[in-house]
Amino acid sequence: MSSDPYDVAIVGGGPAGLSAAIELRARGVAKVALFERGDEAGGIPRHCGHPPFGMREFGRILTGPAYARRLVAAALAAGVTILTKHTVVHTGPGGLLTVASPKGIESIQAARILIATGAREATRAQLLVPGLRPLGVMNTAALQAFVYQEGRVPFRRPLIVGSELVSLSAILTCRSHGIRPIAMVESEPDVQARRAFFALPRVLRVPVMTGAQILAIEGRLRVTSVRLRLADGTETLLACDGVIFSGRFVPEAALAEASALVLDPATGGPEIDQHGRGSDPGIFFAGNMVHPIETAGHCWAEGRRVAGLIAAELADRAKSEPKETPGRRVIAGAGLKYVVPQRLTTEGTGTAPDLNVRALGAAKGHLILSNGSGTILRSQSINAAPQKPIRFSLAGLDLAGESSDLRLRLEPKA
Amino acid sequence: MLAFGNPVDAAIIGAGVVGCAMARRFSLEGASVVVLERAPDILSGASKANSAILHTGFDAPPGSVELQCMQAGYDEYMQIREDFNLPILDTGALVAAWSDSEEARLPELLEQALLNGVADARLLSRAEVVAREPALGAHVRAALLVPREVIIDPWSAPLAYAMQAKALGARFHFNAGLLSARFDGDLWHLQTPMGTLTARSVINAAGIHGDSVERMLIGGSQFEIRPRKGQFVVFDKAAAKHLRTILLPVPTARTKGVVLTRTIFGNLLVGPTAEEQEERERPDVTRPELDMLIAKAVELVPALAQAQVTAVYAGLRPASEEKHYRLHSLPEKGYFCAGGIRSTGLTAALGIARHVHGLWAQDRTAGGKPITAPPILPLPNLAEHLPRDWELPGHDGIVCHCEMVTGREIEAALSSPLPPGDFGGLRRRTRCAMGRCQGFNCLARLNSLTEGRLSVPITPEADR
Repeated sequence: MSSDPYDVAIVGGGPAGLSAAIELRARGVAKVALFERGDEAGGIPRHCGHPPFGMREFGRILTGPAYARRLVAAALAAGVTILTKHTVVHTGPGGLLTVASPKGIESIQAARILIATGAREATRAQLLVPGLRPLGVMNTAALQAFVYQEGRVPFRRPLIVGSELVSLSAILTCRSHGIRPIAMVESEPDVQARRAFFALPRVLRVPVMTGAQILAIEGRLRVTSVRLRLADGTETLLACDGVIFSGRFVPEAALAEASALVLDPATGGPEIDQHGRGSDPGIFFAGNMVHPIETAGHCWAEGRRVAGLIAAELADRAKSEPKETPGRRVIAGAGLKYVVPQRLTTEGTGTAPDLNVRALGAAKGHLILSNGSGTILRSQSINAAPQKPIRFSLAGLDLAGESSDLRLRLEPKA
Repeated sequence: MLAFGNPVDAAIIGAGVVGCAMARRFSLEGASVVVLERAPDILSGASKANSAILHTGFDAPPGSVELQCMQAGYDEYMQIREDFNLPILDTGALVAAWSDSEEARLPELLEQALLNGVADARLLSRAEVVAREPALGAHVRAALLVPREVIIDPWSAPLAYAMQAKALGARFHFNAGLLSARFDGDLWHLQTPMGTLTARSVINAAGIHGDSVERMLIGGSQFEIRPRKGQFVVFDKAAAKHLRTILLPVPTARTKGVVLTRTIFGNLLVGPTAEEQEERERPDVTRPELDMLIAKAVELVPALAQAQVTAVYAGLRPASEEKHYRLHSLPEKGYFCAGGIRSTGLTAALGIARHVHGLWAQDRTAGGKPITAPPILPLPNLAEHLPRDWELPGHDGIVCHCEMVTGREIEAALSSPLPPGDFGGLRRRTRCAMGRCQGFNCLARLNSLTEGRLSVPITPEADR
């Protein structure tokens, strides 16, 4: 089976994929198809029944589901073909996609592919959390699907593991559905989101325990308790009927991996250049699979930006065949978890976007960019919470002059 | 209370892989069968946590009943597997030596393999090992290749046995642990939470509770179960490309050791540990052991340092105080025991069933005639390397995206003749929520799809 070729095939119907689709149509790209494996497009915001979404995109504050509906409506109005229940199982060179749907398996051709499959929270198994394996252990997204999409409450007194923004979202979700979290525990010595946000658990009387290690999840059939070692070394048993593993996001990179696209072990997502282009020159990436994790608004803006570059490339006949663009590697050095993009090319339009950086733990000191011979090109002072997205500006730097690897490192404040 | 009706020929205690194979064999031979299982589904004990290898018996004790059962089980599996649509992944196994002392033991392992009738086993030089498995750690010395060791689906196989037994009239009762038992000189009266069953004979396939069931039945036990915990780590499917052949360690006197193997579902598996413990209800995973297994996997295949973990699990193997199977009987009471089936049960189950049925059928005239054309219910394929349901048109969409499980497959499992009793049972029958996201995407949907259809629901009844 094969259908007419598309100009751009987008994989994933979250904020990045939808905004890219809308932008491509707005820039006159004729045939834009968006493949969504679920029953409906909209992505993770569909699960988040609380504000704030949409400030940057629609100039008003919306709940997640309302925001998702607006994005989908805008894409349909723009003439995007949205194909739900369509799973892209492989992307080959030359813009070939293998797509599974209730119709069977099809081969689909596109001039460019944009993969925006997002990220998911780390599971209890990935975190190697000890203990028994009873029912009632799930991620925030699963809890939100329970209450917002299926109208069901999986537990009443869960423990929340993690202290990122999504962990606070878990508290809000619980409290709006008669669920009272018994505590929030964080294995790191500090909370992972801005301290100011932790007024929320304080007001709702959810104790926050940092530096606490889970010794065992207990319960033969369902969760009955969690055994903890607290920061002061004492052990305690918290009675609860569920455990929510929140945050510690990992990219949903299975498609990229199955398609043998080059991944960055540091992010777990694809290796890209500043235009979002991956190791196959015809395949681009945007959204949280590139940088776990940013807000929906950030992903939306990034989808637009990458779409703009794709549209320009398709419009320019001279460049209508994608080309390999090696460029300079950007390496995450001491103190840093990752730097995105991993490659800076000399081609392309406009100014280079900022480097998107995550530190290992909290970052206080200076970020230092140097070239292959160790010459410092730029230094920027920094003071950020552990999971906080850090931007390192490249504005005004002439990076085209040479080709040596660039290295960004964190020099902590003494 | 359930009316159990007329006395049955055989009451089988336990619906693990041995109990399922036993139910099939006895049913095939024309006996009337009831299976009593204390859990909500089949395969809820040791049988849900194994390394899913069909063994040749190359390293089993020569001349042992265990070897005989393993080889009979292996042969019968290969005979019936196409009819039942049960897959194999034809990998072979390497017993790899990583040190001088291990290398020195390979010739004796070869000798044992040959003695056990595994005639195609042969030694490989370092160069041959590396050519076959280029991703192995550089310190590999040599190996024994056992070509006919293969990987199977550890849950579909026993399910197929149980389904055939059921189609032949065997009755399965879940949440039906044995409470007490009395033999009146002619019949067994077996008390369960669902009523009292009468049976002419009892087959003990109670796994981890084999000794306590034996005590309940005949007042004492010839053996003592010493639970041996085995923890496993399942790596993401992307890791499976690093290894083709099952990688076995040179065995020690006590255990077969830590295995690194692909799974039929496309993952890579490392385990089990072998931890003696008293507690029979506590198959917990523990951090130092999980870390050890991952370190071991990376030591064997260094590229696994980058691999993501998909799942971790643990099971309690029903080892006894002696290494061999505890197959014994008290024919005058109609009592037969298949106990202490510690780690080769998946391979040996069909053979154990034949063996025990052979004991049972001695000096017995009743019990029906063998079925000549038994019904065969092929199972849906879950193996990654063979066509799956999502590849066929007409399904209603994919529910579990990591394992590509369709709504049609979930519904088929829920409405099958032997439907799952709990979420674990559904997972084992369909692969749903077994993948890398562990239900991040599909758990809530699965809860809705299974409402009212599992004896142990995913969420508590009160909160529906």
